[in-house]
Amino acid sequence: MPMIHMTVNGKAVKGHAEPRTLLVEFIRDTLRLTGTHVGCDTSQCGACVVHVDGHAIKSCTTLAVACEGAHVTTIEGLAHGTDLHPMQEAFREHHGLQCGYCTPGMIMSAVDMVNRKGHDLSEHTIREELEGNICRCTGYHNIVKAVAAGAKAMQGMAKAAE
Amino acid sequence: MSATGIGASVKRKEDFRFITGKGQYTADVNRHGQAHAYFLRSPHAHATIDAIDYAEALKMPGVCAIYTGKDLADDKIGGLICGWMIHSKDGSPMKAGGHPALAQGKVRYVGDHVAVIIADTLAEAKDAAEKINVSYGVLPANADTASAMTSATVHDVAPDNRVYDWHLGDKAATEAAFAKAAHVTKLDIINNRLVPNPMEPRAAVGEYEEGSGVFCLHTTSQNPHVARLVLSAFIGIAPENKLRVIAPDVGGGFGAKIFIYAEETVCVWAAKKVGRPVKWTADRTEAFLSDAHGRDHVSHAEMALDANNKIIGLRVKTTANLGAYLSTFSSSVPTYLYAPLLSGQYNIPAIYAEVDAVYTNTSPVDAYRGAGRPEATFLVERIVEVAARERGLDPAQFRQMNYITQFPHQTPLIFAYDAGDFNASMVKALDMADYKGVGARKAASAAKGKLRGIGFSSYIEACGIAPSAAVGSLGAGVGLWESAEVRVNAIGTVEVLTGSHSHGQGHETTFAQLVSDRLGIPIDNVSIVHGDTDKVQMGMGTYGSRSGAVGMSAISKALDKIEAKAKKVAGFVLEAADTDIEFKDGKFTVKGTDKTIDFGSVALQAYIAHKFTGAQLEPGLKEGAFYDPTNFTFPAGVHICEVEIDPDTGVTKIDRWTAVDDFGAVINPMIVEGQVHGGIAQGIGQALLEGAIYDKDGQLLTASYMDYTMPRADDLPSYKLGFTETRCPSNPLGIKGCGEAGAIAAPPAVINAITDALGHENIAMPATPQAVWRAAQKAVMKKAAE
Amino acid sequence: MYEFDYHRPGTLDAAVKLAGEADAKILAGGHTLIPTLKQRLAAPKHLVDLHALRELQGVHLKDGHLVIGAMTTHAHVADSALVKAHLPGLAQLAAGIGDPHVRHRGTIGGSVANNDPAADYPSAVLALNATITTNKRSITADDFFKGMFETALAEGEIITHISFPTGIKSGYAKFPNPASRYALVGVFVAQHGADARVAVTGAGANGVFRASTLEAALKGNFSAAALDGKSVSADGINSDMHADAAYRAHLIGVMAKRAVAAAH
Repeated sequence: MPMIHMTVNGKAVKGHAEPRTLLVEFIRDTLRLTGTHVGCDTSQCGACVVHVDGHAIKSCTTLAVACEGAHVTTIEGLAHGTDLHPMQEAFREHHGLQCGYCTPGMIMSAVDMVNRKGHDLSEHTIREELEGNICRCTGYHNIVKAVAAGAKAMQGMAKAAE
Repeated sequence: MSATGIGASVKRKEDFRFITGKGQYTADVNRHGQAHAYFLRSPHAHATIDAIDYAEALKMPGVCAIYTGKDLADDKIGGLICGWMIHSKDGSPMKAGGHPALAQGKVRYVGDHVAVIIADTLAEAKDAAEKINVSYGVLPANADTASAMTSATVHDVAPDNRVYDWHLGDKAATEAAFAKAAHVTKLDIINNRLVPNPMEPRAAVGEYEEGSGVFCLHTTSQNPHVARLVLSAFIGIAPENKLRVIAPDVGGGFGAKIFIYAEETVCVWAAKKVGRPVKWTADRTEAFLSDAHGRDHVSHAEMALDANNKIIGLRVKTTANLGAYLSTFSSSVPTYLYAPLLSGQYNIPAIYAEVDAVYTNTSPVDAYRGAGRPEATFLVERIVEVAARERGLDPAQFRQMNYITQFPHQTPLIFAYDAGDFNASMVKALDMADYKGVGARKAASAAKGKLRGIGFSSYIEACGIAPSAAVGSLGAGVGLWESAEVRVNAIGTVEVLTGSHSHGQGHETTFAQLVSDRLGIPIDNVSIVHGDTDKVQMGMGTYGSRSGAVGMSAISKALDKIEAKAKKVAGFVLEAADTDIEFKDGKFTVKGTDKTIDFGSVALQAYIAHKFTGAQLEPGLKEGAFYDPTNFTFPAGVHICEVEIDPDTGVTKIDRWTAVDDFGAVINPMIVEGQVHGGIAQGIGQALLEGAIYDKDGQLLTASYMDYTMPRADDLPSYKLGFTETRCPSNPLGIKGCGEAGAIAAPPAVINAITDALGHENIAMPATPQAVWRAAQKAVMKKAAE
Repeated sequence: MYEFDYHRPGTLDAAVKLAGEADAKILAGGHTLIPTLKQRLAAPKHLVDLHALRELQGVHLKDGHLVIGAMTTHAHVADSALVKAHLPGLAQLAAGIGDPHVRHRGTIGGSVANNDPAADYPSAVLALNATITTNKRSITADDFFKGMFETALAEGEIITHISFPTGIKSGYAKFPNPASRYALVGVFVAQHGADARVAVTGAGANGVFRASTLEAALKGNFSAAALDGKSVSADGINSDMHADAAYRAHLIGVMAKRAVAAAH
């Protein structure tokens, strides 16, 4: 079995995995980072979304071995201790989650959305951009509110960092 | 109202772990040395199993064991059960076919469990499964509800595939009402089959500890205690004291995780046989095939009106598809969870309903969000709408003139509605929806070449699914109370053990709000413990919108006992009679004095026990309660949907959604609103998008998200919510429940809106673009002909 | 998934050599191949990942043509200033493929080589009369698509880039399958001088095809109004549980009009 090396949430990691191992399996089973979930087999639900080299991707449709040397961020890499990322905070503040299963993928997608589309996101944009993330609990109403608020808050974060 | 008390939109305590990826779902549970189970499933909808040859598969790398139905039978493991007895009209019991966890001699639907392969890795188990050679004798299959009774026999015990033919109501009185009717409205209605699709697929980890002889099962369950009861008492895995069931974080249920399935049964049983923990996780297609489906009714309904357009009678004939086997509570869904709701919000003197439940070669059908009540509401709200249109009446006014206005109200079908104000919800909803302006909005849409329609749904449901004696008299095999235990620690922090289970509902927050409010302690000092049979002694779980009305009432009852005991402790400390102690805002005070002690200090005194003797009072502060309500609860409300249809493509856009609900008392409005949003989304899903489709051979064509349309963010609108409140008189908190309302209310509102837009052209669910386009073409042609 | 050997060649020559091995499959974005492997519907011995081939990535303007490397992602094409300036219809198409995550991985070469009958890109390639260049040769779009999942590519042949003529008014309109969001019907229209090419994806029982009646209607009059009353025959159109042939045929007309109206 090949040895795979990556930087995950800022930490260099390695692990043996068969070539047929999916990135999500490597993250969950080898690295035991179980915040990234699997909700479907056909790349639709988005529960498995992580960032690879800065872009949101579906880790259930990516081979681990193809991510050799990549920088991967999972849901566990967003917060610093109890210091939540503004998008995480927005999901809590606006009740953008119920059972929590789709939530890691939703939040990772939302952060990527802001990275690409900016901080002022209309309801229409958010709903369209969430095409690859399915939630069964919330009816999306509060997720949309959370993403809009989180996007604005991320602007604050960017400013604070300046 | 305190910032964290009853009525406050407290942010959820459970969220931190979910938004940081630290939730612990069953699939996240990994045990040292665990093996992985893979189920070989039937590719045929109906076949005999003539032989299973797995000799070669056993030799494959990593394989620990392969088991079939014979191994379960040899170990005297019982079949899966249906826990609600329904009797046919002639008094005969329902015809329950055997339901082994692994098929014995016959498979009855695509996805039925043929064998389990247990291997070091899942990939190895799948590799081995391909080497198993099963000789099937393919039999004729049927997936269709309406023709089930004339199709090939699924279970020998029911040669005509009829599980029961059941009825409710006064047939003669109903016939008499129709005989004197001035107008009769008739409608054929199909309630489409749905797949629940919680985002977390079902999973199980079975373990066996040789030293103690104790089994442990982690499973995706809405009711781990019921799972333990069934696995012990009926299936025979182990006695209850030797079986621990844990339902950790569960990623949504919607009914599908109430039931006791083959997979968890096999995993926990096999753990002892292979001497290793056994883990199984469904992939999504397995979930489509093996989770219990919902709905699937074919009905004919007739409504009788008098000359003044008062509803005087309703008769309904329904065929309900229960699939290939009777799932855990399936028999109750199209009977007692359905027919008693056919009175809706209306004063109907005579109702008669007949239900045939049938076997087909499809996945078992059982409770899915709403369970029976959406089917009843869809039927009632569609025929009411059609009747109003046939009589040329405003559909809102027609509803209002037939509403029940006096409470309590005994319907002709079992239920006594205890409280409500249906008209208040309608008046508020009409205002919020700007009903007056709909004409102008229709004209504006027409100017753009679009069709606009408005649809109503005035729903009522029966929730709590209790009292126990009542459900027992209707055939339930269990009592449907709830339990709670309140443990006060010596420093005044509190653990509450509840038999309710949270899989998205936010109990860790709402239940803590109740305790914080009652005991006057910070909400962070309250922890809610649930989902583990070793921690919580017994409970009935979460479904039927029951956790607030029944689960929290049990906590309230335990808190009464805590308060009574704490007053005794305070009395000893403050040297006063406990009857002279008042408890308010977390402080015990001797009436009329300034002698006071706070809750935490009383807790400490209860445990150090220096101020009283054992003869006077038991040390400690821990109380339990079982709560059994005196009636069902009856949440009700009005939803109004406004759609705009593109006649060129048939795409229906939901432009506005107004919901006014009466849930009685509300603990956390934020969470209640979230429940309404999610319910409406599932209801819109049923109306516009979702439907399980089988081909004529019984293959499920919609077995993945490539073909089964899940509602996505861009399919749905934002919702406008309002509330009215009549407190529920049958529980101490006044709660009616909110979990299913949206899914019950929404489908008829959508279809009524679409048919309004299409000039009353009828349409089936799901109203897909193709179906709407066709109906729009017909409507246009009809209009042209007029 | 079945077991396979994974290769990540650093040069095109090495990739071609590996791709020529028996039972080898090329891995581009993987968004069709990996789900297929997960379902055990394919059992390659070798997977040849093209991600290390930088020369297959990116968009360039060369001799009046937009040259898009086969391994260029949908997101890259959608955001490319060059594509937006020279073929906005193509950028719009790329922006609507799958979802944001799919667009970050999926590639134009993978999509075109796979020729999924419900994929978006083949319609643009065909309507714009693009040229597909491989390690061996150049193939015009009209010669490339050979039916559902069938192309002119030989075993082991690797697309290196696709070259689109510019200065062409074009547009795309898609009616997505409500469940999968793949094209139920997608129509790409392109004005080539007085002529028009109209390519339809999602609807053809034999994959992407040109709608000659619509092309004739648009000849000399590239306007939505020119398509009024024009229809496409339902013969040879897909029928499935989501949409029957008559509905799809109707949608082709509607989407064609919308594509023309959106074209620039």
